[in-house]
Amino acid sequence: MSFLRKLLAVINKDIAAEMHTREIISAMLVFSLLQLLIFSFALDLHAAIAETVAPGVLWATIVFAGTLGLNRSLAREQRNSCIDGLLLAPMSRSAIFFGKVAGNFLFMVLVEAALVPLFSALFGVALFRLSVLLVLGLGTLGYASVGTLMAAIAVNTRAREVMLPVLLFPLALPVLIGAVQATGGLVSGGSLVDVAAWVRVLVVYDLVITAVSLVTFGYVLEG
Amino acid sequence: MIEAFQLTKSFGPRVALSEIDLSIEDGDFVTLMGPNGAGKTTLLRILATLSRPSSGRVRIAGMDPAREGERIRRCIGFLSHGTMLYDELTAEQNLRFYARLYDVPGASSRVDDLLQRVGLSERRRDKVSTLSRGLKQRLAVARAVLHGPRILLLDEPYTGLDPQAVDALTDLLVDVAGRGCLILLATHRINRGLALGRRVLVLDQGRLIYDRPRETITLRAFTEFYRGVTS
Amino acid sequence: MRGSDNYLAQHLLTVGSGLVMLVALGMVFLYAPREAVMGDVQRIFYFHVASAWVGFFGFFVTFLAGVGYLLSGQRRWDVLALSSVEVGVTFITMTVVTGSLWAKPAWGTYWTWEPRLTISAVQLLIYVAYLMLRGSVEGREQRARFSSVYGIVAFVTVPLSWFAIRWWRTIHPDILTGGDQMAIAPRMIHTLLVSIGAFTLLYAALLSLRMKLEWTSDELIRMRLKLERRSRG
Repeated sequence: MSFLRKLLAVINKDIAAEMHTREIISAMLVFSLLQLLIFSFALDLHAAIAETVAPGVLWATIVFAGTLGLNRSLAREQRNSCIDGLLLAPMSRSAIFFGKVAGNFLFMVLVEAALVPLFSALFGVALFRLSVLLVLGLGTLGYASVGTLMAAIAVNTRAREVMLPVLLFPLALPVLIGAVQATGGLVSGGSLVDVAAWVRVLVVYDLVITAVSLVTFGYVLEG
Repeated sequence: MIEAFQLTKSFGPRVALSEIDLSIEDGDFVTLMGPNGAGKTTLLRILATLSRPSSGRVRIAGMDPAREGERIRRCIGFLSHGTMLYDELTAEQNLRFYARLYDVPGASSRVDDLLQRVGLSERRRDKVSTLSRGLKQRLAVARAVLHGPRILLLDEPYTGLDPQAVDALTDLLVDVAGRGCLILLATHRINRGLALGRRVLVLDQGRLIYDRPRETITLRAFTEFYRGVTS
Repeated sequence: MRGSDNYLAQHLLTVGSGLVMLVALGMVFLYAPREAVMGDVQRIFYFHVASAWVGFFGFFVTFLAGVGYLLSGQRRWDVLALSSVEVGVTFITMTVVTGSLWAKPAWGTYWTWEPRLTISAVQLLIYVAYLMLRGSVEGREQRARFSSVYGIVAFVTVPLSWFAIRWWRTIHPDILTGGDQMAIAPRMIHTLLVSIGAFTLLYAALLSLRMKLEWTSDELIRMRLKLERRSRG
């Protein structure tokens, strides 16, 4: 299938670029660690309150660090007019969109893979569970989706580093609420059934936002 | 074959292209001249399907870009101001990536061949960010012709090239033109424009004001005319 | 909406919305009964709800105008989208301000995370971001495309945010908002409906003035370009 082959080509290209520079992952990772440090002192994070605060801290870290990666990823396409190269190729706009979303999702998941064990160790909360990982995946997917669209807009504006969070955060609110609540419910001993309402919020958000982003992405790219 | 009928493009109140009527046959080598801001880049971007006209029609190889974009893109090669190369990837990786997007058959031998022809075989494993401006431009040319386009659109391809690369590019263009590829080359420099094209167009403030076969043009008369336009 | 041909209609709309607003004011203070628990403070409710409705409606218009622009590429859709956001932001700001003015005497604090108030604040932030986006994009076409996309995606997230915030509140019940129930008399409903009508008319009047301003500014740019071209010869 041509669609899938080209989508994979875009993902491979992003992975290859990242292997050469490691700038996206390292930027997100270092920034996440710094945030952890700041939150630890700001909230005086110790075991007694860790369980209530940890989900919020985790997701705030992911959301903030995510903007760095999203910005870099789309800035790469902007530099040297690479995005024109993609638009000139005989491929659908949706293959470009899904390719970029998948790449951004992958990079964020890799950073989370480092963050989760660290979190568990530092604050003594059990995050290494399939249900928590599912929530992480769902939340990250929706965030990467809308984030890719917003970053594609932001890299074309003045002051792009400021513009991305300003555009993205208010739109990502349902993800943040849903993910924090679901993670919180699971961390305090609940099962997936107990947080089903929040998981549903994440699933609905992912579906709706991906559909809308997909339809509008083409309009962002071509002038 | 490229056709435009009453092609107009405006950006808000500014009119970039105004009622362009144009027809270029397969295999023709046409140079598009005009001062900066005359609308050359806008015209090429519309023909390359990167931009949509405000009004009027465009047909590329008889097809409508709005409907058969993907099929048209297969037969177009476009070289613009941006190199469309990823700084983080090597020269070879860049070409291989684009070869996959264009479904180029026998991609690796095609990439090897092109790298050799633009003189980058030895630096194929170097990241694009380490290449000089001239070498980047050579690679950008290789990228544009990678899939063997029937229509080649070039926007100021000579800027930033060293003399050696200029000759290499000219050889490549003559070779490509010899195989029946339609070439539309935009430049603001008289000597290049007259040296290469078989037909010369001049754009001024979005209007097509000059369209003649090369053999009917004398350097002197044209230089005088062109000065009048650019001043 | 262009030119002076509907000069009269514009004036009728402006004057008409002023008159209906006067009627609404009269009803709020003279016709509507004094609320038993909260007292006169409750009267701010009629403006609060009406401006929240108009804000939301304004953003809905921007959503539709965004779709219209992306499909047609016509400038008038973008003018409508921009004008509707600016008017909508004004009203939603009023919603947030009146909400917090109401919260102080009612619950003893200027801010509560009451879902309706919270979603208004979220909308305010979203559409301030929309205006910031417009301010930082070069080129009219690109600005129109980007803001159409943002207006569409933003509007779609509002109901999602609404449900997320509401469920979030039910999990963390706010003790402060315990006395939320308000006994609604028929006269209150009449007053509310007239208020909403008055605010909607005011929205329409402001919207059409704002659009006219944008067209005038377009005209000015066109004339300036023409002058420049002529002076260059």
